[in-house]
Amino acid sequence: MNTALGADGLAVELRNVGYRVDKRQIVSGVSFKVAPGETLILLGRSGAGKTTTLKLINRLLETSSGEIFVERRSQLEWDPIQLRRRIGYVIQDVGLFPHWTVEQNVAMVPRLESWPESRVRQRVREMMELVGLDVAKFAARKPSELSGGQRQRVGVARALAADPPILLMDEPFGALDPVTRAELQREFCELAARLEKAIVFVTHDLREALLIGTRIGLFAEGHLAAIYKPDEFLHSSDAEARAFVDSLGAEEGRERSSPKVTGRGRKA
Amino acid sequence: MSFWNFLINYRAEIFSRTLEHLILVAAAMLVAVLIGIPLGIALVRRPNLRRWVLGAANVIQTIPSLALFGFLIPVPFLGGIGARTATVALALYALLPILQNTYTGIAGVDPAVLESARGMGMTSRQILRDVQLPLSIAVILAGVRVAAIICIGIATIAAAIGAGGLGVFIFRGVAMVSNSVILAGAIPAALLAIGVDILLGLVEKKLTP
Ligand SMILES: Nc1ncnc2c1ncn2[C@@H]1O[C@H](COP(=O)(O)OP(=O)(O)O)[C@@H](O)[C@H]1O
Ligand SMILES: [Mg+2]
Repeated sequence: MNTALGADGLAVELRNVGYRVDKRQIVSGVSFKVAPGETLILLGRSGAGKTTTLKLINRLLETSSGEIFVERRSQLEWDPIQLRRRIGYVIQDVGLFPHWTVEQNVAMVPRLESWPESRVRQRVREMMELVGLDVAKFAARKPSELSGGQRQRVGVARALAADPPILLMDEPFGALDPVTRAELQREFCELAARLEKAIVFVTHDLREALLIGTRIGLFAEGHLAAIYKPDEFLHSSDAEARAFVDSLGAEEGRERSSPKVTGRGRKA
Repeated sequence: MSFWNFLINYRAEIFSRTLEHLILVAAAMLVAVLIGIPLGIALVRRPNLRRWVLGAANVIQTIPSLALFGFLIPVPFLGGIGARTATVALALYALLPILQNTYTGIAGVDPAVLESARGMGMTSRQILRDVQLPLSIAVILAGVRVAAIICIGIATIAAAIGAGGLGVFIFRGVAMVSNSVILAGAIPAALLAIGVDILLGLVEKKLTP
């Protein structure tokens, strides 16, 4: 028992985590905690180290320094395969198996975990409904027969299928057209509010961060500069934070009618 | 003696030589597939090994077939006069297309698919069996198909080192200056190649997801 881990139900904790390739320090000194029901955004320019940090959590990359705790157990105590099956993973390019149907893709982790087939089927139905996909219409389709937005819905359903307590999302809506993106962002917000997962969500889009995040961690050059509540972020005096806020202003100016941005602001 | 008469008179030998030919090719292909596919898979993760292995297979491919058969005769265990040497030589020729295509097929699987497979907790074996192989099977089989056709052609040279097969007619025909005899070897060899090509084409279609 490690009592130093703090709050009850802590899902993910990074302590002073670093990652180095050869002699290049890609990420260093990153610390944060995520509890169930929270969505921590990792916001930063491309190359800031967000993806690397995410991959350290599910051990697609091995930390060079510091420690990561998942469900209060040191990551090194976990079998990497078991660890990954407890962590849903959604990436920008989705990565559905092109030779499998939607049903097979969604059922992937439950089947890996040898759930009874009747329970797998029921779960697939639930998950497809959860992400707004008509089961009768889509279950038998191959990924090539879906639109980009539908594919990412399947990606989210697949990540949630085995009911993992933790969800890692790497710019999941980044490749979608603006209208579809807004739709999925909105639906995801509702989903996240309902599911009580610990979510780490990577984006370079402040608008998305404000909409989806309960807290926003600002990444710059491999460091986590600070963690803000969404409303604090807009008034931060940090130069990098200002740069993001200014970019938002510039966009809104261009679009003339400035759309309102509201955060979820739960549990911040 | 006309070609047709020859065909009728020699149908028993044509049949047995065709069978010999087929067995030679099948044995070589079996060896090449058993070595080539696992080795091709192994090369995906080992860029250093890849250069050497594909390089070596390429070099073998450029050795004229008669010379390769000749080189192998004095080699202990593998060499000597007869079908065993021929099988080894044919397997060496078949190796490159199988290796090359296995490597290309597996290396060509979408990295996002692999990342999500690994990220969702598939083991390396599961990824190989359920993702990489099914997604590259068409490319691998195309390599097997090319290798089989090459083998059927080159196996006609095997008669030169006493391995039998349809090449026996071709060498005999050249010695006798008889087109009929040459054709008795060449035509079945060509038909064999076409037949195998069609057959493997069907298998390829069937296994493509
Ligand atoms: N395998 C790698 N080897 C070397 N450098 C890498 C590797 N992966 C990423 N990087 C570098 O690490 C930095 C952070 O990358 P990444 O985490 O992908 O950033 P982000 O997701 O914030 O855009 C980048 O400068 C990138 O070039
Ligand atoms: Mg990234």
